[in-house]
Amino acid sequence: MVGSARVASLAAHWWALPFEERLAVGLFLPLMLLPVAALGLGGYLLVIGERAMILAIAALSLQLLIGVAGLISFGHAAFLGIGAYAAGILASHGHGTLVLALPAAILSSALFALLTGAIAVRSRGVYFIMITLAFGQMAYFVASSLAPYGGDDGLTWPTRTLVFGTRVLKSETVFYYVALAALGGVYVLMGRLVGSRFGRVLRGLTDNERRVEAIGFAPYPYRLTAYVMAGATCGLAGFLLGNEVEFVSPAYMHWQRSGELILMVLLGGSGQRYGPIVGAMTYLLLEESLARFTEHWKVILGPLLVVVALFGRGGIAGIIERWRLGELSLAMLWAACGAIARAQAKRVMGGLRQAEAVAAGALDRAIPRSKASAAAFVARWRLSKMRVGEAVVSLALIVDRSISTTIARWRRR
Amino acid sequence: MPTSLVLVQLFNGLQFGVLLFLVAAGLTLVFGVMDFINLAHGVQYMLGAYLAVAFFRLTGSFFAAAALALPASLLFGLALELGVFRHLYGRDHLSQVLATFGVILFLNQGVKIVWGAAPLNMALPELLSGSVPLMEGLRYPVYRFAIIGVGLAVAGGLYVFVNHTRIGMLVRAGASNAAMVAALGVDVKRLFTIVFGFGAMLAGLAGVMVAPILSVEPGMGDQVLILAFVVIVIGGIGSIRGAFVAALLVGVIDTLGRSFMTDALRLVLPPSPARVIGPALASMGIYLLMAAVLAWRPAGLFPAKGRT
Repeated sequence: MVGSARVASLAAHWWALPFEERLAVGLFLPLMLLPVAALGLGGYLLVIGERAMILAIAALSLQLLIGVAGLISFGHAAFLGIGAYAAGILASHGHGTLVLALPAAILSSALFALLTGAIAVRSRGVYFIMITLAFGQMAYFVASSLAPYGGDDGLTWPTRTLVFGTRVLKSETVFYYVALAALGGVYVLMGRLVGSRFGRVLRGLTDNERRVEAIGFAPYPYRLTAYVMAGATCGLAGFLLGNEVEFVSPAYMHWQRSGELILMVLLGGSGQRYGPIVGAMTYLLLEESLARFTEHWKVILGPLLVVVALFGRGGIAGIIERWRLGELSLAMLWAACGAIARAQAKRVMGGLRQAEAVAAGALDRAIPRSKASAAAFVARWRLSKMRVGEAVVSLALIVDRSISTTIARWRRR
Repeated sequence: MPTSLVLVQLFNGLQFGVLLFLVAAGLTLVFGVMDFINLAHGVQYMLGAYLAVAFFRLTGSFFAAAALALPASLLFGLALELGVFRHLYGRDHLSQVLATFGVILFLNQGVKIVWGAAPLNMALPELLSGSVPLMEGLRYPVYRFAIIGVGLAVAGGLYVFVNHTRIGMLVRAGASNAAMVAALGVDVKRLFTIVFGFGAMLAGLAGVMVAPILSVEPGMGDQVLILAFVVIVIGGIGSIRGAFVAALLVGVIDTLGRSFMTDALRLVLPPSPARVIGPALASMGIYLLMAAVLAWRPAGLFPAKGRT
């Protein structure tokens, strides 16, 4: 009895926490426990986790540009490569220590961001996309022509970065937690940044540039600062990525890699801070599972991107937010379920067309009042003594109908 | 360095520039008229080359292959427009980037499935396989001259088409203000489709022409696509004239840079750093050119009128 009361009070505490904090726990707690699971399931899990977290850092930095500053950078992978090359080149000369390599990786990406951003940020829209793409490719080709550092074949690091002379990063578990700490740090930093005056000016510029200018903020320095910050953060991700595989090659900077980073941000949802993390993890899982399924997994991924671009507004985070705001809820699903079940019953008795009309009407009515009358609908659902088979059919019908309404809405636009 | 070598590289650069122009022309129109960022344009170039090889194996004649590959790439462009791109015109650039990126992944991999990952080759046509003497002891292949000729002819044709026909007038008007053109009663959707199909065919033409001299492989369109972006940014979005000037500029500078940068650096640097810096600088050349042009004129050399 006491135990259950304690559980109840714990649960109450949990739900009283702000959503952001609950979410952070939901995101980071599984990541913290992953190495334990890896003990049982194999070290491969650890490597995937590291990779996902590193890419999540890169995606978070890109999110600062896409989601906050409204700048669609298509050359973001360049920073990933520059960070890894800076640390790798130092390591190949025997200077692969943390005190040197980490600042070098971050500063060199920041410098590249400053130089290219000074030109790119002056432009907007399509120009910005193409210019960042071109600068990214420039970095790619320069890396390919670096003959002393492997050129096309890439540069193998002699070892992971030394921390004060020790090879502590060599341990996969230690490295995993270092990456996790970096991800947590960047996540907190991005949250602070977005909430700060700087972040508000950036968002204001995205919403209405003219007004923000009229208040007295010049857009250029703010955007350039954001660009440099994003570049530096991605340089950190590059440093970690190079460390993870102890290798760096021009392929890190290929423009398809930049496209994948954009995809991670959009898949997760560019509107929310946690979106890129969810997106990076989802993308990596998708890639792993599709690649296991067929060698030609890009044939599946490609059309998937088209579908995400056409229908996936706000990405996964968008769905979560809609759920949270009550635009989408379990109650609604229940309601729609009941409505369609009743239509099903009528279909058995009456004609097909009539049943469909009833279903359509019931669904339209069910959605607006969904939340309030959830209990009533659940009760009705119980009374109608629906069987499992019918429930499955109803769910299928809901999916079918929501797809067709989406298509209809999309056609009307 | 001997002048004859410079001359040969100049012609190579010209030929490269002409090819870039063919790809960039369609791209700049699609950007200009529809405000649509089409990353999948390079794939159309690749597809043109693959179609040429496929039809060449079927018919055994280069000219028949070219004659079949062109309408095929036109049809393919139209199919893509109707199937996917049409639904993206009103959307933000982010969705367009994502969707066309998806199309690239799909088609690059699809080509690998159909024709294999290994590069394909195609024989030069008998008629154009010789070479002509340029000067004493220097010969240049006829086929490359033919490419330059076709490219210049297409550029001239496009000039007439865009500046002196009714559709061309609509295209120019659309590049300035598409909403106004629609308000005046023009079926903009049909105009879009025509422009898109036409652009796809030009990219396909470039692909057909390079099929005998380059290896035809998956992903061959990606590099050309990014160079075409550079061309468009330098020339100004929506401007055919800008694309032409910028394409020749980029083609010549890139080719000359790659051939002579290392030698030129040797004049001022010791040989070993010159060997390292030369290729790096050469591969940066056109991007530096782009940066310089943008610093000077942010909207490109010849921005379409009425665009800000």
